[in-house]
Amino acid sequence: MTHIAIVDYDVGNLLSVQRALFAVQADCVITSDPEVIDSAYAIVLPGVGAFGTGTQNLKRRGLVAPLQHAAEQGKPILGICLGMQLLMDDSEEFGHWPGLGLLPGHVVRLDGGAETCRVKIPQIGWNQIAPKRDWTGTLLDGVDEGSFMYFVHSFCVDPANDADCLATCDYGQNRFCAVVSRQNVMGCQFHPEKSGEAGLQVLKNFVEKA
Amino acid sequence: MKTTVRVIPRLDIKGPNLIKGIQFDGHRVLGTAEQFADYYYREGADELIYQDAVASLYRRNSLFDIIRRTAARIFVPLTVAGGIRTIDDVRDILRAGADKVAINSGAVENPQMLRDAAQAFGSQCIVSSIEAFRQKNGHYEVWVDYGREATGIDVVEWVHRVIDLGVGEIMLTAINREGMGSGYDLELIERVAEISPVPVIACGGAGTLAHFSAAVNAGADAVAAASAFHYNYAVPVNKPFMSYGEARLRMGEHIDSGNIDFLNNGYGKQRAITVTPASIQDVKKHLERAGIPVRGLRSS
Repeated sequence: MTHIAIVDYDVGNLLSVQRALFAVQADCVITSDPEVIDSAYAIVLPGVGAFGTGTQNLKRRGLVAPLQHAAEQGKPILGICLGMQLLMDDSEEFGHWPGLGLLPGHVVRLDGGAETCRVKIPQIGWNQIAPKRDWTGTLLDGVDEGSFMYFVHSFCVDPANDADCLATCDYGQNRFCAVVSRQNVMGCQFHPEKSGEAGLQVLKNFVEKA
Repeated sequence: MKTTVRVIPRLDIKGPNLIKGIQFDGHRVLGTAEQFADYYYREGADELIYQDAVASLYRRNSLFDIIRRTAARIFVPLTVAGGIRTIDDVRDILRAGADKVAINSGAVENPQMLRDAAQAFGSQCIVSSIEAFRQKNGHYEVWVDYGREATGIDVVEWVHRVIDLGVGEIMLTAINREGMGSGYDLELIERVAEISPVPVIACGGAGTLAHFSAAVNAGADAVAAASAFHYNYAVPVNKPFMSYGEARLRMGEHIDSGNIDFLNNGYGKQRAITVTPASIQDVKKHLERAGIPVRGLRSS
């Protein structure tokens, strides 16, 4: 087991994730082969776009079971953006879609707000993450409180357990969970591969956990 | 809290070089694109825009190597613009390492292409690049080919159209203001920001720090600039500003003479162009003092 598997399920710019992982000295391979995923020591599930498309693509490529199996085995899994959302039980985006069920909770829409505090949806740009609990020894170890990360999303996760949320982010009237972590299953709503040095620190931490 | 206002250097590229023109004409070489990109990343640029300056004219887009090398070292979003006409072009550029593509001429020729691209790659990757030319009657017209060709299309109508087609952002350049240093076109920004549910990136005209906050207050979600940033890096510290007399405007490669009327007549009688160079941190400090949230301001 020498590599991290970046799951290819036809959504998102996988090369950015790969480049960023190379920059933090991680050997990684882009793959949609369940065997390669099975032999990886850690898994990154990237993704941008619609939850429904993501879920259907995972199913179509036979990746649901391998990912669930990897999680059961205790392999570190990092979901990024849509990838993080797919870790949850389900999403209300454009209907009702099931997720991988690796982290209890739902995916819900960001609130664009009313007259006095209206914000554009999707959120596109840099925003700050604040601790929900102590970051020492976690995916966010060494990241400064209030660090800016790059977000592009219309939906966010609502974990069932407060303890599973590491960091929050405020956008308009929304205070949403920006980072989840439950044993070996982790996720960032922002794009660590696009968040400068702070983002690279997150990826470095993930690689070190694996 | 709202997201911060993004500060974005725009790099006009010809071959391996960074160039700078006035109103998209008269290019001077300032250095290599990557050297500037590295510098801006270290200085805290929130994103980068690479504009391929001649792609449209020659129907060739030769930025791939630069994109690839940039993407391997620079971990903030990179938008590439210039000569993108087909879904394959979009795919190639995204694969090379760009996070977003900005499309102007290609969309005017074939508007459906924007919808196809947004569906194939996601709205967040697809930026509508709108080059707006202010006409004497105060209306704005869409121009294409890097400031060379008028289309007769009204900008406001075009904005409605591209929103319908599913673009994720609008990059708005005021051609009349570009490189002149007399400020962004605030009226243009207001008109577009008013009707756009997606972020608007203002481009073209920044000459002093005050121009940046004015653009944000007019409704821009992000501010992009070229001259102001490039001359700060490229020009020696002891030179307080860059100004142009006509004699200097034609340095560099020859570009077709289609729109050089302004060289003789000026725009609004202005023929001297003054841009006060600024660093990215200068602009961020200024925005913060003006009550506008920015990312990663460093204490000096």
